[in-house]
Amino acid sequence: MLRFHRRRLAACSVALAAALAISACGSKTGESDSTGGVTADTSGDTVKVGLLNSLSGTMAISEVTVRDAIMLAVEEINAAGGVLGKKLAPVGEDGASDWPTFAEKAEKLIKVDRVAAVFGCWTSASRKAVKPVFEENKALLFYPVQYEGLEQSPYIFYTGATTNQQIVPGLDYLKAQGKKSVYLVGSDYVFPRTANKIIKAYAEANGLKVLGEDYAPLGSTEFGTIVNKVKASKAEAVFNTLNGDSNVAFFKEYKSAGLTAASMPVVSVSIAEEEVKSIGTQYLAGQLTAWNYYQTTTGAANDKFVKAYKAKFGADKPTSDPMEAAYVSVYLWKAMVEKAGSFDVEKVKGASNGVTFEAPEGLVTIDGATQHIHKTARIGKIGDDGLITEVWNSGGPVKPDPYLKGYPGASGLS
Amino acid sequence: MNPLTNLSPRVRAWLGFGLGAVVLFAAAPALLTDFRLSLLAKYLCFAIVAVGIGLAWGRGGLLTLGQGVFFGLGGYAMAMHLKLADAGEGNMPDFMELYGQLDELPAWWAPFANPVFALAATVLLPMLVAFGLGSLVFRRRVRGAYFAILSQALAAAMVILLIGQQGTTGGTNGLTDIEGFFGYDLDDPVNQRMVYFIIAGVLLALLALTRQLMHSRYGELLVAVRDSEERVRFLGYNPANVKLVAYVVAAGMAGLAGALFVPAVGIISPALIGIVPSIEFVIGVAVGGRAALLGPVLGAVAVAWAKTALSERFPGTWTYLQGAMFVLVVAFLPGGLASLWGLLKRRREATPPAPEVGERVLVKEVAA
Amino acid sequence: MTVILGQLFTGVSIGAVLLLIALGLALTFGQMNVINMAHGEFIMAGAYTTYVLQQTITDAGLSLLVALPVAFAVAGAMGVLLEWALIRRLYTRPLDTLLVTWGVSLMLQQLARDIFGAPNVQTKAPDILTESTSLGADLSIANSRLFILGLVLLAVAALTAALKFTPLGRRIRAVVQNRDLAAVSGIPTARVDRLTFFIGSGLAGVAGVALTLLGPIGPTMGTNIIIDAFLVVVVGGIGQLKGSVIVAFVLGMLQAMVEYLTTLSVAKVIVFIAIVAFLQWRPQGLFTLRTRSLA
Repeated sequence: MLRFHRRRLAACSVALAAALAISACGSKTGESDSTGGVTADTSGDTVKVGLLNSLSGTMAISEVTVRDAIMLAVEEINAAGGVLGKKLAPVGEDGASDWPTFAEKAEKLIKVDRVAAVFGCWTSASRKAVKPVFEENKALLFYPVQYEGLEQSPYIFYTGATTNQQIVPGLDYLKAQGKKSVYLVGSDYVFPRTANKIIKAYAEANGLKVLGEDYAPLGSTEFGTIVNKVKASKAEAVFNTLNGDSNVAFFKEYKSAGLTAASMPVVSVSIAEEEVKSIGTQYLAGQLTAWNYYQTTTGAANDKFVKAYKAKFGADKPTSDPMEAAYVSVYLWKAMVEKAGSFDVEKVKGASNGVTFEAPEGLVTIDGATQHIHKTARIGKIGDDGLITEVWNSGGPVKPDPYLKGYPGASGLS
Repeated sequence: MNPLTNLSPRVRAWLGFGLGAVVLFAAAPALLTDFRLSLLAKYLCFAIVAVGIGLAWGRGGLLTLGQGVFFGLGGYAMAMHLKLADAGEGNMPDFMELYGQLDELPAWWAPFANPVFALAATVLLPMLVAFGLGSLVFRRRVRGAYFAILSQALAAAMVILLIGQQGTTGGTNGLTDIEGFFGYDLDDPVNQRMVYFIIAGVLLALLALTRQLMHSRYGELLVAVRDSEERVRFLGYNPANVKLVAYVVAAGMAGLAGALFVPAVGIISPALIGIVPSIEFVIGVAVGGRAALLGPVLGAVAVAWAKTALSERFPGTWTYLQGAMFVLVVAFLPGGLASLWGLLKRRREATPPAPEVGERVLVKEVAA
Repeated sequence: MTVILGQLFTGVSIGAVLLLIALGLALTFGQMNVINMAHGEFIMAGAYTTYVLQQTITDAGLSLLVALPVAFAVAGAMGVLLEWALIRRLYTRPLDTLLVTWGVSLMLQQLARDIFGAPNVQTKAPDILTESTSLGADLSIANSRLFILGLVLLAVAALTAALKFTPLGRRIRAVVQNRDLAAVSGIPTARVDRLTFFIGSGLAGVAGVALTLLGPIGPTMGTNIIIDAFLVVVVGGIGQLKGSVIVAFVLGMLQAMVEYLTTLSVAKVIVFIAIVAFLQWRPQGLFTLRTRSLA
């Protein structure tokens, strides 16, 4: 008797669910989609903007400084009168180094806070997680970190370098230095794996030998074996796409194994001034980096940026490329809004092509077709004082080419 | 005093399920915005995992710290099917074309194009893995802390394995950007609501099933194994098999939850599988009350909701509050929030009217 | 050939790091059966202690030497505080300890972030520990790894001697073998527990100092290594030190060899499979403490 009732209970609830589900069917895939997305709330004296960075978890080591840079830009803009006469009200959310959390918080910023634009994300995985959210709701994301390319979302503006503005110049530099062979070391995720595919394609086209390729899980700090392999390969240079904590362990091991910048230089694409500070110059002095901006980059705009940043966050805090790209992204959005004369996402997007900003890294221009920006590539050498000084640059801003269409050796990558 | 306590357990169960159905199917959709309702759908997925953990841990004493693995297996099985369906017949999922060096779909992906296979796999695959591991481990009497550490290591190994195979699993990114659910467009809020109803229905059905299981002879045996494994062995039962059933059922529930999570949130990634999410699943159960039927559900929803609410309110300091909540509840309220009700009741009963107490004891005895 | 020899040493040094991290756990988890998830944060505390000391003692070598005992005391004190405030209430519920200490570890990480900032911090190693000792031809051994190997051997020897020959050691062993009997014999078990916890946590602090030579110093440094350390103790067997010692070096060697032939990811997975297989053969670990108790 008892048993019978419970079965019926279970059956009832399933039936109820099924009935409700069937009665509530919406549109099928492929049908025209009329959901228009959410419009930002611009009715008051202030306009909300979203800041989406990891403040806790493993990625906080990098993302907190990016958020500081965004806050600096927001405050400067407010002090100068805001955007279209409205002050910006920043709404911060913690992505917690967890990709689904990024998606949840992005949706919250768009739907609940109704922000006009969101600035943030660092890892490719977090960007991939929020991309559908921004596309579905037709909202804007400004992504400030160098990445692996092969992406062009209509609702994301990429203010960091794509591969032809960082990886390819790094290789050009090695080639110009007469290096004939490289060893590839990277963290096990999408950026290093894609970057290394590009490097291998480049190497084949340019007579460079790739002597080995190794990946360490993100967060891994055991590099004994990898460094042994690198040393045994007798490569002329190392191309390093490790991320975060792993870099610290890698360089400590590298130095301990007796490898030096003179004998086997390492070109890194994820080590900026902040990371140099946490690894230590005793391990890094003389090694190379590929970026678009250094704290030492010359120019009035950079002097002002560095001074303002240090005044706000402390004299010992360095500025770095991702921070600069994040800072620039807020100003670029402001310029786009002012050109469009509206906060409306479609109008802002429409106004984007050719918008320029005198950035700390030099003049940057938005390429409307790809929604990336023209940036100058710079190779730097890490000095004993922890600062990075430029040893080579591309001479002027490089046009973004996220799918490397202009590089015949790289065809078939995407 | 409290009319509910005078009712028979059967009627109370009916009332409970009725109330649950009203809250989940009528009140929540009416009161919450689409965004909050989709968050609730996510929490309910965690609640489904929690029901299984409640059975395996609360009743069986198995601290399953690797439920993320089963959640992930179910989630990936579902996401693989949906990605293949999005890509259309004969095409490869977008990320494979982007990052893989593959010319054609890997063989182990192919069967997931079939919806029946994929749906079955979401539940059976986790159960199979749990069966394999469980029968090895329980038979050799690995238990307690050993079992906990081992299941954590399993979660860690699974994450490394998934990340290492970027070309075929999406690596760290996981499988993202899932557009359709068996032909229905997931961008449409009406369909999102449908997904929510399915999840709520599944949760209620699994609760009914678990209640059935807990009150059966098997349920008694499971508690006996938890409390004294050796004595059960002396009675002629094989405790390994008893534990195995609970472990496999819990794995199946986690798999189903993972499968439902995918259409609700639109992503499955290694970040949902590793050690941290696996511990978070268990924490929800501990906070709610591990041995009660509803404790794990309420705990899982409460912990997930608190995480969202606290991190929205205090983006910089919410981890302190979250950590403090875990510490205080687990250390000082071992029965979880579910035991608060009992504690309050006892306190009320401890004060006056004495005569009624005797009466209630009598009623309870009869009911039992 | 030189590569193989280099790998052999890498295996030994991975083992030494594993052992250093696991040594404290062999006491708190192995002897007391407490799963302390905040152990990784005690390691972090040791590393940050080195960093703080370097702000005042600028000589890298001296500050490292001073940091070893100071970190032991700092992490040990944190351990005692944790034991006194929470863990002693949970001895009968070992699995709840895991959840509670995990909550504590979350809070400690956030605390580190608030005190020292979210980015990693830097310590300076004495120059000699950033170089390597050449063993002819292409073979060289990193001095930092030699230092860690020496440190861990010293720690194991000291701990073994302390457990064997001192009155405190005898009491600890008595409590591990039979808590009730020890209590009736007049051993203050609560105080012994606290002391054991002090030493175990203190060893985590020492490990933290040593790790500054190899890896990053940041809020999440503890979480990445803690599971490996638990595995060492589980496979080594509870209640004994020698099991952990052997297992740490065997696992280190296995990982170095497999990684050399394949990749780090594959090596980690293979090590895990080996562990499950091993526990099939010896479910209580390599060495077990024989007791008469059931269950």
